Amino acid sequence: MASPESDAAATPVAPHPPVAPTGPADRSRAGVGYARRVWRRFRRNRRGLIGLGVIVLLCVLAFLSPIIAGRYPIVCRHEGRLHAPAVVNVLHQIPFVARLVQQSKPFRFAGFDAKAALPEDAFAIWPLIPYGPLETTQQSQQSPSREHWLGTDEVGRDIASRMVHGAVVSVKVGVVSMGIAALLGIVIGGPAGYFGGWTDAVVSRLIEIVMCFPVFFLILSVMVWLEPDILNVMVVIGLTRWTTVARYTRGEFMRLKSCDFVSAARAAGAGPVRIMFRHLLPNSLAPVLVTVSFGMAQAILIEAGLSWLGFGVQWPEPSWGNILRSGFDQIRVAPYMVYPPCVAIFVAVLSYNLVGDALRDAVDPRIHDQA
Amino acid sequence: MTDANGDNAPLLEVHDLHTRFHTEEGVVPAVDGVTWSARRGETLAIVGESGCGKSVTALSIMRLIPPPGRIVSGRVLLYENPDKPPTDVLALPERRMRGIRGNQIAMIFQEPMSSLNPVFSIGDQIAEAVALHQGLRSTDAMDAAIDMLERVGIAAARQRSREYPHQMSGGMRQRVMIAMALCCDPSLLIADEPTTALDVTVQAQILDLLRDLQNKRDMGIVIITHDLGVVAQIADHVCVMYAGRIVERTDVKELFKNPMHPYTIGLLESLPRTVAHSGRLKCIPGSVPNPAQFPEGCRFHPRCPLTRRLADESPARPREEFGSSGDVLLRCVRGTPNARGGQPDLLEVRPGHFVACWESEGYDAAAGSGRSS
Repeated sequence: MASPESDAAATPVAPHPPVAPTGPADRSRAGVGYARRVWRRFRRNRRGLIGLGVIVLLCVLAFLSPIIAGRYPIVCRHEGRLHAPAVVNVLHQIPFVARLVQQSKPFRFAGFDAKAALPEDAFAIWPLIPYGPLETTQQSQQSPSREHWLGTDEVGRDIASRMVHGAVVSVKVGVVSMGIAALLGIVIGGPAGYFGGWTDAVVSRLIEIVMCFPVFFLILSVMVWLEPDILNVMVVIGLTRWTTVARYTRGEFMRLKSCDFVSAARAAGAGPVRIMFRHLLPNSLAPVLVTVSFGMAQAILIEAGLSWLGFGVQWPEPSWGNILRSGFDQIRVAPYMVYPPCVAIFVAVLSYNLVGDALRDAVDPRIHDQA
Repeated sequence: MTDANGDNAPLLEVHDLHTRFHTEEGVVPAVDGVTWSARRGETLAIVGESGCGKSVTALSIMRLIPPPGRIVSGRVLLYENPDKPPTDVLALPERRMRGIRGNQIAMIFQEPMSSLNPVFSIGDQIAEAVALHQGLRSTDAMDAAIDMLERVGIAAARQRSREYPHQMSGGMRQRVMIAMALCCDPSLLIADEPTTALDVTVQAQILDLLRDLQNKRDMGIVIITHDLGVVAQIADHVCVMYAGRIVERTDVKELFKNPMHPYTIGLLESLPRTVAHSGRLKCIPGSVPNPAQFPEGCRFHPRCPLTRRLADESPARPREEFGSSGDVLLRCVRGTPNARGGQPDLLEVRPGHFVACWESEGYDAAAGSGRSS
């Protein structure tokens, strides 16, 4: 796992602030003017930049996980033909591309076990960590070595590889659950703020009721009831954590609806839906983004906690939570196993929080400067 | 488009409009029986101090009164087509009303600084209005927007269309607002204090622009202002409003030459003059009364010079007392045929000149002949 110090040196940051990876992305073109100003302020915050760098790195790591760690070579020659099984695996991670490329021959999953099928001297470029997350080796419970950078677990799986693939879960949980939460929060909170009156009364009570649910225990009971599956975890987190987004959206809509530009839009003949989602929403995304950023940190923690308890990602699929769990079970024999997931969770959560903090400072009009 | 009398065709008629706000302090009659009409190719100015109901009148026409406000009664007749009978805007369903807003009646607001959405480029905003009403594709709508920007006198319109409101000056933004209002070729433009937030040179430019666009399009303009300078520059007809009612209505020349209502006279006297200026500027004492507690009788009487003067005189003359302010009884010069608490009607005291003041010359004759508006 990358440490934050090394990332600080080479912050490869996107040219835009972290515009919600979810929600109304199609408005990005229209929002550039405002987004650029926010980005300019965000950029001055060093901690925020470090956090952003770590998050970007984490996303890249998750996306490229088959190339970085896996049992399939990046490129190899098999029976006289060139194959790139790890690259294929990366492509298959992209939701819609997967369906498209499945049919065409060069992009099918590797139909051979590279490690067994390839002769010793065959041409092959292996990933940095040439072990799959589920691949067992002969050596179990080995402490870190050149062969296994972070050691192996009780059945001989490479922990470094499992850590890399565990990042996928963490990124997914953050994005999907907060995506659901942001969407729900905007759709429910927006009309409440815009229309006020009865709509607002009903929605506000609903928000208060949902806020009373203890998220973690709710998820626990849902997981007992449903199949323990990572998708269910993401949905339940999304279904319970929309309240903050809803409250902010409601407040922003309330504040903005009496603005002159809203009257102007109304006088130009715009209906309520257009006013809410085209005029008000882009103006109130800032606090939503901040909430989403903090919420992602929360979601990662919840997922790790659930996986630790055995309700999240199911063993032997890797996740930081269940790597930590198996390390915890053998803390006397193999104490090295608990450090990587602990550090990873800590760094990821910290980064999301740093970004949330910096974003909040960047969009707060009270410390507005002449950017 | 003129009828037999040489008048322009009517465009919008407001009949006896009442708009009230139901607040905790009680019912506020913000607009209380307002009647006027706007014609094609002409400019009607509505003048008055802050809080006299000018903007509420405009918003009532657009049916954009925010709660707790409500249009209680009245008719707003829009002549969409000069040959067809008018539609009553107040009776339309909301969906059809949306088609009228921006398309038939457009409105520009006082604050060009905050009337533009900060997150959209100005081109996008105008194009949106075009696309909304004319169903154009986005590229065509953008071309129409740029064309409109050029027509309101923005140089390098294509480049500027990509700018955001915060990058523009106040005058520029008001031009953008005008472009946005006019992009769908409305037959009536309501301008609510369009130049108040601008400095004087820019104000003159904007008024010239409005005049110019009006001539090209045969458009009716209703301009709301507290500035009689603006009235003199642009208006054909004037309504003077006070405390939710029209106190005087006539054409602009008559108003400046022969103002009849004491409030109008007060307004004109409070204008600074460049020639023969001596001493202090006159002003109307007091301020617009709280709409929740309008005075009984003529609403202007606590500030009216005619009542003031008489209060000092001997009360022996047989005049009807018609209102009170504190302990001091106040009367008009000639009293009133109305019962105590009644208000003067807006009557045509001279041809084309309507005044709502018991004291005005010819008022009794007009009242006797029953010539009301």
